Amino acid sequence: MARITYIAADGAARTIDVDDGVSLMEAAVANGVPGIDGDCGGNCACATCHVHVAPEWLAAAGARSEMEAAMLEFADGVTADSRLACQIAASPALDGMVVRTPASQH
Amino acid sequence: MATRAIDFAALNDGEPPHLAAARAQAYATPLETLDLLDTDLWTGDTHWPWFERLRDESPIHYHAGGGFGPYWSVTRYADIMAVDTDHVRFSSDAHLGGITAKDMDADFILPMFIAMDPPKHDVQRKAVSPIVSPGNLAFLEQLIRERAQAIFDNLPVGETFDWVDRVSIELTTQMLATLFDFPWEDRRLLTYWSDKATADETVPGNPTKQEREAIMLECLVYFTKLWNERVNAPEPGNDLVSMLAHNPATRNMIPMEYLGNLILLIVGGNDTTRNSITGGLQFMMANPSEWAKLKANPALVDSAVSEIIRYQTPLAHMRRTALTDVEMGGKTIRKGDRVVMWYVSGNRDERAIPEPNRFWIDRPRVRQHLSFGFGIHRCVGNRLAELQLKIVWQEILKRYPEGIEIMGPPTRVASAFVKGYSSLPVRIPA
Repeated sequence: MARITYIAADGAARTIDVDDGVSLMEAAVANGVPGIDGDCGGNCACATCHVHVAPEWLAAAGARSEMEAAMLEFADGVTADSRLACQIAASPALDGMVVRTPASQH
Repeated sequence: MATRAIDFAALNDGEPPHLAAARAQAYATPLETLDLLDTDLWTGDTHWPWFERLRDESPIHYHAGGGFGPYWSVTRYADIMAVDTDHVRFSSDAHLGGITAKDMDADFILPMFIAMDPPKHDVQRKAVSPIVSPGNLAFLEQLIRERAQAIFDNLPVGETFDWVDRVSIELTTQMLATLFDFPWEDRRLLTYWSDKATADETVPGNPTKQEREAIMLECLVYFTKLWNERVNAPEPGNDLVSMLAHNPATRNMIPMEYLGNLILLIVGGNDTTRNSITGGLQFMMANPSEWAKLKANPALVDSAVSEIIRYQTPLAHMRRTALTDVEMGGKTIRKGDRVVMWYVSGNRDERAIPEPNRFWIDRPRVRQHLSFGFGIHRCVGNRLAELQLKIVWQEILKRYPEGIEIMGPPTRVASAFVKGYSSLPVRIPA
């Protein structure tokens, strides 16, 4: 399990216990975290679960796959700390992780 | 009758007679003779049972014949997702045939970013994507609303009129004219070019190949004038022509590539939303309980819009070309084969979508439909399309609590690609 904190564009923080193996997108959608759509259901195919990973957690979150990098090409406001939340699965190593969600997924 | 895992007889209880007849025919005919590109299936709206049968019996299906050459049909949601997200093995390249079941004509290739593979696709797509940035959408929202209001204000009451012409075409064409900063009084040229670009030349009444190409070249001449006016502007305008003319990835395009990208933006920004506006009205009025639900809770409008787009599926398919042999569903797709992903079928796949034939505005996971495609070619304008539909429904909710009467069946476009309507008679109750 990992406790994941999602910080919305307006600064509101929300912490959720995410079971191991569950993606940060799935946990966000299931808990109504604003700013995450997940239109493709976790197939790394729509770039509507774009998050910014806090710098100290970037390494733990792992590297973008080729497909993820390709999809991020088309998300808005992408920076070096951008990831797709459907491609990050919770694990004990991510306990305490902080991600920021954009105002909307365009 | 084939064995079925799901009781379709019960599911389709009460279906219209034309579908009952089509179902009987579909299950009595060998699949070998089926050509889904036959436009009769689309003008008559009788393709549905054929897709049901393919999903059950042959989800990766090879059509050896057909007017446009052999092709594979991929009809299940999960398989379509797999092909759509595999741009490494499934190409969109115009020179291999492009993105429609019918090959692009080898002597009239129109390169456009939807019909390109990376890396060129990526840089060209990025040249125009700022037009649908969150900031620009916020700016466009007010404009769309004012125009929608003006369109609705001018509709006749108590008399029959064509919803397609007066509402669907007018609203989407005004939008497109704004995105191009296109001369306002000429804006219906955009509609005309859009319709002709996708018109199937084998259908009687449509332009021949030569006529269509001549019309496309008129479009190029018109837009070349706009390019020349804007390319040297010290401050690039915030319109699609200026974006193409000033971006390093697109400013040196050859004329046919400029035309190709124009056609892409015109068709993508016009036909699709237009047909979802028309389809949505029919679905809502044919399902009074869903309409009542929306009136009781207008906050459902976002969800209703996604459901309309799923239910309409304004582009019935997208095509890829296999770059290598691929095993799928026990079949071997050979390098060079055409692969047609039938979004219209995947969006009704009972394996992925509960009660898929039901129009259900607050269904679970409503955004998980295939109409925009998935992967790197996913519709760049999807949020703008949703925004336009949302505003249309908000304005309908405000003005027509009694609904809008559908006065007769729509006329459907003779195309296996653009799944749309050329007319729909309606009446606003007096």
